[in-house]
Amino acid sequence: MKKKNIASKIYVALLMLFLYMPIAVLIFFSFNDGKTTVWKGFTLKWYVELFNDNAIMQSLYNTLIIAVLASVFATVLGTMAAIGISNFKGFKRTAIQNASNIPIINPEIVTGVSLMLMFTLLGVAFNFEMGFWTVLLAHISFCTPYVILSVMPRIRRMDSHIYEAALDLGCNQWQAFTKVVIHEIMPGIISGFLLSFTYSLDDFVITYFTRGSKFQTLPIQIYTMTHKRISPKINALSALLFVTILVIMIAINIKDRKSAKAKGLE
Amino acid sequence: MKSRKPSIPYLIWMVIFTLIPLVTIVIYAFTDKQGNFSFEPFKNAFFYSNVFFRSLWIAFLSCLICILLAYPMAYIMSRCKERTQNLFVMLITIPMWMNFLLRIYAWVILLQNNGPIDMALSLLGINANLMGNAGTVVLGMVYEFLPFMILPIYTVMSKIDNNLIEAAQDLGSNSVQIFKKVIFPLSVPGIISGITMVFVPAASTFLVAQYLGGTEDIMIGDIIDKIFWTDQNTGSAISLILMVAILILLIIMNIFGDEEAIS
Repeated sequence: MKKKNIASKIYVALLMLFLYMPIAVLIFFSFNDGKTTVWKGFTLKWYVELFNDNAIMQSLYNTLIIAVLASVFATVLGTMAAIGISNFKGFKRTAIQNASNIPIINPEIVTGVSLMLMFTLLGVAFNFEMGFWTVLLAHISFCTPYVILSVMPRIRRMDSHIYEAALDLGCNQWQAFTKVVIHEIMPGIISGFLLSFTYSLDDFVITYFTRGSKFQTLPIQIYTMTHKRISPKINALSALLFVTILVIMIAINIKDRKSAKAKGLE
Repeated sequence: MKSRKPSIPYLIWMVIFTLIPLVTIVIYAFTDKQGNFSFEPFKNAFFYSNVFFRSLWIAFLSCLICILLAYPMAYIMSRCKERTQNLFVMLITIPMWMNFLLRIYAWVILLQNNGPIDMALSLLGINANLMGNAGTVVLGMVYEFLPFMILPIYTVMSKIDNNLIEAAQDLGSNSVQIFKKVIFPLSVPGIISGITMVFVPAASTFLVAQYLGGTEDIMIGDIIDKIFWTDQNTGSAISLILMVAILILLIIMNIFGDEEAIS
């Protein structure tokens, strides 16, 4: 048993090394006073340059705006859709759900080029260029199915009697919805929103095809910077993104642990 | 709550932004540049058939290596204390949140000529070109998708009832038998969902091969990207073939997965 334990510890350590070494190297060279992977001394100049780079700051701003708008819109659209779809039965329901899952199942690149093709055709017909709006529309389209997928089980699990009880107690349909139903399905709505938000923030492929020639998001900026390999600014950016992710994950973990404890005490 | 009406805006949305674009792809795949019905795009697409099959092969290899690496990790995780399990889940999730281009770029830095690994090897007297071959592409893919294989297998394994294992022990199974007869069969659904989460994006990925592979190693995603800007008909035909191939694969996996779950 002991030998097995040591072997599994070594295995876990190697796997973690595999997962984190590349990121660590990326961060390490963000402090390098030279453009190559030869160590020339410690510096913070890439961080300074990063914050002074207007294009990067603008694309960060664009990414956040798109993510907020797309996830809010997708959450509303998807929650309404889930409620409506749950009232379909049989074949119709299966058909709608399967169609709704297309953007999840389909390879991202196919979703991307299909939207690009349509936007190009519409652009010729109605004289507009791809940019902010087409990216926003595309993001809403691939986020909404995830909202539906996370809200749907909540609706199914909900006891429909409490809705009827609210009606019996004098609520109208809208009140019954806002005072009762929405609270029951809230966890699903929140997780759908968070999923949409992170997918939108991180999306490269679909944005790449629907952004036109000028609109930049952070993943697109990362693409431009890594493709040309011009500056260790990209390393500084990676380091900052990594720290942000780390902080968020630790915060979530602590919160989970606290709520688990609270549940244990009840 | 009994009304179907709330779904109407989304149904309209779905038709416009999901179904119509796909129909457009199908129409383009079957027309020539003048807009007449034609099999020309498919004929052109066949020109890239070896890229297509090599993409599937690379995706298959990446998927296989992911399973081999992920399975022991998922098993070890599921045997840990709950706190340790949560910590591992977090550690595996964090790299997933890094943008995929940054993760691939990290390997470019690591493996490039005069990069850290190259320097270390040349100190040992080994001079090898680490970049620009199919192996590096597979490495990049495995790095990219490994968490997507570990997590579903782990989820299934952590749900295996300990009483089942104890019952098998009481009935005289040794640890190899327990693994073969209890743990492995119960973990198959996790492997299946891991495969769908790794194979589909791996087969259709683009840029990974451009960053890490040589000119010979470009994948079908790169072809779609390159060709779509100039020849949308052929691009549509390739996209359609890719989409249908992956759909068929998913259906097969689904049938296979369900059967395994029942027996």
